[in-house]
Amino acid sequence: MSAPSATASASEPSFLVDQGPRHGLLAWLTTTDHKRIGLMYLAAMVTFFFTGATIGIFMRLVQLSSLSHMMTAQTYNALFTVHGVIMIFLFVIPGLPAVFGNFFLPLQIGARDVAFPRLNLASWYFFMAGAVLAITSLFTGGGPPDTGWTFYAPFSIKTGTNVTLAVFAAFVLGFSSMLTGVNFITTIHRMRAPGMKWFRMPLFCWSLYATAWVQILATPVLAITLVLVILERLFGIGIFDPAKGGDPLLYQHLFWIYSHPAVYIMILPAMGAITEIIPTFARRTIFGYKAIAFSSMAIAGVGSLVWGHHMFTSGMSLTGDMIFSLLTMIVAVPSAIKVFNWTATLYKGSIDFQPPLLYALTFIFLFCIGGLTGVMQGALAVNQHVHDTYFIVGHFHYVMFGGTGIAFFAALLYWFPKMFGKMYSRKVAYIAWFPIFVGFNMLYFTMLVLGLEGMPRRYYHHLPQFDTGHVVATVGSWILVSGLLILFGNFAYALFKGKKAGSNPWGGPTLEWTTASPPPQENFATIPTVTGPPYAFPVEPRP
Amino acid sequence: MTEQTKSMVEHPEESPGYGTFVAVWAALVVLTGLLVFVSHFGQKAAVWGLLTITPLKAGLVFYFFMHLKYEGPLVKGVVFVALGTLLIFFALTYADVAFR
Repeated sequence: MSAPSATASASEPSFLVDQGPRHGLLAWLTTTDHKRIGLMYLAAMVTFFFTGATIGIFMRLVQLSSLSHMMTAQTYNALFTVHGVIMIFLFVIPGLPAVFGNFFLPLQIGARDVAFPRLNLASWYFFMAGAVLAITSLFTGGGPPDTGWTFYAPFSIKTGTNVTLAVFAAFVLGFSSMLTGVNFITTIHRMRAPGMKWFRMPLFCWSLYATAWVQILATPVLAITLVLVILERLFGIGIFDPAKGGDPLLYQHLFWIYSHPAVYIMILPAMGAITEIIPTFARRTIFGYKAIAFSSMAIAGVGSLVWGHHMFTSGMSLTGDMIFSLLTMIVAVPSAIKVFNWTATLYKGSIDFQPPLLYALTFIFLFCIGGLTGVMQGALAVNQHVHDTYFIVGHFHYVMFGGTGIAFFAALLYWFPKMFGKMYSRKVAYIAWFPIFVGFNMLYFTMLVLGLEGMPRRYYHHLPQFDTGHVVATVGSWILVSGLLILFGNFAYALFKGKKAGSNPWGGPTLEWTTASPPPQENFATIPTVTGPPYAFPVEPRP
Repeated sequence: MTEQTKSMVEHPEESPGYGTFVAVWAALVVLTGLLVFVSHFGQKAAVWGLLTITPLKAGLVFYFFMHLKYEGPLVKGVVFVALGTLLIFFALTYADVAFR
């Protein structure tokens, strides 16, 4: 890939310096710079993530016998609902696309911004408005919703808690997601640098492209479904209410038509980030570029057809069960292709074991456990046994936290020097990894075991036979959080006191590493011309 | 001036004209009446009416009111991807509902 002049870019002020008529906070709140918007998402999401994690800690504490009465059952119901809503809708779904997608998509394709910069800012405002509404729902109306993040009918249309506002918050958040999807697809189609053909795009861009299609095609289904829930609650229209001839299973179908592909909205960009990290630290080109690109599209496509596997015990027809079970098995194939290609890239590579690679390898390990436990549940017989148990909670967290969450950390470790022009302490990043890895597995692997033993999810109290498991999981949560605090403390310290990072501290091969760290407002002094594949090594050294 | 605005200036958007709009509107009214009429023959007829007449109405809106007729193959392709996705969703949901 050709290298535009990094030194020319370095002479321009970075995007972090106010260059317009407005200054300070106002300059940030009215910015249309994709990099600033990415950072605004980052600030918001880190806040939401730690809020959700704090709630999670309290949920674990309740499961210790000595603290089992620290809150009422109703409060516990509210906590697991709020934990889910915050983590899913405010962190995991928008996480990588909104933060790293916004920041790096134009940089990686050699553009100056996204196609619709103002729409991009509007997406951030929709996101923040949705977040404010979700938080407001906790303190108004009938109190925090107690349905779980899935808002299943008919309970969600009957409960006296503030489901209406929480559902409306998710509706607004959906707009943010759709508009971001439209923006990314248009940007990729229309704004690639000269010579950047489709198969010269970095694979992170391919993953964003696949994700954007799912965002556009699936999110409207959720939006309509949530409006129907609101109409049910306000006017009793009867579409989901069995007492009026409605069908609660229709709600589940409509909800999962979005929410299962949403799992791929969450994981695909994470896979894309991992695909950027591995060749950089293996110092060799990615193995199976086209297979990875097509597998992203295949995951997006087939992943949109498997929603019924959330409903095997709901009373869905056996024909439906069998079809969705088969499709679920098929969707494992493109995911496995990616894992194979990552490990094949490492094979005979010249491994540089930096923190981003450590976290990327952790992602592969944890994601494999999450993926394989998912395939287990795709089998109808196993699903009957583990449905609505802690096994599901464990599986879900292996994929969403061990997958997307750890990939988010890996991506932040990889791109932090580019985003802020500062380098964090690599030693502390290694140290933080240990409690994160140990605590994570203590917490969530124990949940898998508890689930197989029959511990139901969302229960306020448990039988004495599950005591030991709950103690192990709860202690694991403390260890995990201590690791997270070390990791983010390291980032915070680096922001203010970190050493200056060069334009390409890792020797990365893609276009974002050819410009200054942090990049100038217009990204590149001159738009680069791309002449070769994206992962060409060796990379010429740059200051 | 961007490439896109240049293209818009060089190729001003075609318009179907008021006559076509009124004809489409009249067709939509007739089809709505037909749907109401069909629904009087029981739930089954109502469902089939919804599944056949409503997409026809939506198609007219897309094609004339939303100017799909005058769009290039890319935009038309995107619309058909969306419609195809919707049909697949219907088919898979049908795999449950029809065999309960």
